[in-house]
Amino acid sequence: MRVLSFLYLALAYAFVFLPVVVLVVFSFQDGRLPVPPFKGVTLDWYAKVLGDGDLMAALVNSLLVAVVSSLVALTLGFLAAHALARVRLPGLVLMRGVLIAPMTVSYLIIALGLLTVFNSLGIRPSLWATGIGHVVINLPLCFAIAYAAMGDHQKAAERAARDLGAAEWQVLALVSAPMLTAPLAAAFFLSVTFSWDEFIIAFLLTRFDVTLPVEIWSMLKSGLSPATNAVGSLVFLVSVTLVILLEILVFRRAK
Amino acid sequence: MSLAAKDRRLGWGLIAPALIWTAAFFILPFLAMLALSFATMDGREVVRGFDPGNYVRIFTDPTMLGALGNSLEITVVVTVISVLLAYPLAAIIAFRVPAQWQRLALLMAVLPFWTSYVVRSYSWLLVLGQNGVVNKALMGLGVMAEPLEIASTRAATVIGFVHFFVMLLTLTIYANLIQLPPNYARAAQDLGASRWQTFTHVILPLTLPGVVTGAFLTFVLCIGDYITPQILGGNAELTLPQLIMLQLGRSGNFPLASALSVVLMAVVTLAYFASSRWLRLDRV
Repeated sequence: MRVLSFLYLALAYAFVFLPVVVLVVFSFQDGRLPVPPFKGVTLDWYAKVLGDGDLMAALVNSLLVAVVSSLVALTLGFLAAHALARVRLPGLVLMRGVLIAPMTVSYLIIALGLLTVFNSLGIRPSLWATGIGHVVINLPLCFAIAYAAMGDHQKAAERAARDLGAAEWQVLALVSAPMLTAPLAAAFFLSVTFSWDEFIIAFLLTRFDVTLPVEIWSMLKSGLSPATNAVGSLVFLVSVTLVILLEILVFRRAK
Repeated sequence: MSLAAKDRRLGWGLIAPALIWTAAFFILPFLAMLALSFATMDGREVVRGFDPGNYVRIFTDPTMLGALGNSLEITVVVTVISVLLAYPLAAIIAFRVPAQWQRLALLMAVLPFWTSYVVRSYSWLLVLGQNGVVNKALMGLGVMAEPLEIASTRAATVIGFVHFFVMLLTLTIYANLIQLPPNYARAAQDLGASRWQTFTHVILPLTLPGVVTGAFLTFVLCIGDYITPQILGGNAELTLPQLIMLQLGRSGNFPLASALSVVLMAVVTLAYFASSRWLRLDRV
């Protein structure tokens, strides 16, 4: 039983890692095609990718959209969660449902809906339009995480602050938010990675300034190339670094 | 003004931005799309109106029905396989791996989650393609003489999807398993239940909400995904999202694309009601 368990574990890890290993290994391919046989190690593809102006511009766009839209989603989600957890409002279940609803809808539908509205208002596709869409998809996540994290022990601290004369914004900024640093940071980083990696909304709602996934998509159209492997490996490296930093900085401290 | 009324006004003020955002950029666009789905095309011009023709076409045209069928089949197969593969993986990590290694084991199991989503499908193309790693390895070992055609088939789409959703489901199921008090299983065994009975009568029912929530998310993300079938499945058979993108791109037929999206959303809504008894979306 024990042996079987670890055999299963090994097979599962092999399956999970197979494409990643192939991606990274063939990003060093000294040849035109990222498939076997492996012809030797070169860093040329990385040099090519890092020197590609369009790709770097797309990377900056992606980071910008991801950080700004996540900050907006986190702020809106946190305030809404605070309201629903602390104040008894009529229609609580309905409002929670409305805020969570975008989570159950395909990104394609959100993108097409926004495209329809923007078209009829004469708004051109842009990074701003994409950012608006990314707030829509990340708001439910930020709200849910913040809402789940609001326990009763913070309630007492908030009441104490209020009794001592703090205005509501001071309570929020100086008491509630700092007590929720770990879940709020987790929500923020999750949002950043979702936005950073999102394709279909960005594809339909940008035109000239594109994000990284859209730029990678247009690279794919010209066929297999180790350059695409190099971009993919770099994105992987950045994401994994972020995850490890989050793990060390936020979760270790929270324990 | 009483304290309660003041509180309530404050509450509305805090929740208003999120509600307005959701109304303006989620509910309103959906309504606009719904209205557009009843419009028709005159050449390349959209003619507003109330014509159910797009829906009639979706449910009579063999291509459209075929795409709907393909999407449903692929999604159901992917969801079932992913749950069946992820449950044992989550259980092994939760019960067999020593406690201090569990976090690392979990982090490793979901590591490829952090590769770019477009690139992930592309990587599978390198693995499954005609000159890909799998074919070269099998031929090198002398297992086969001719390369297998895996890329550009439904199998490739399913493999690409399963890879992603096994990671997602392992996380949600693990989170459920680890919350179970170990005493429950012990009590069941003290009362004479076998290991299998303990699993089917105690552990599985208690983790069902987690499994269903994960499966529902899998269903939603899978049926609405364009990239994976487009890159891995090729154009041999279309899924619903591919058909929608085709309408947007080639013919600029926004009304038909909208109607197809409404159908897609209806399918997801049906899945939601089918699983709502066990769904815990606010505690993912």
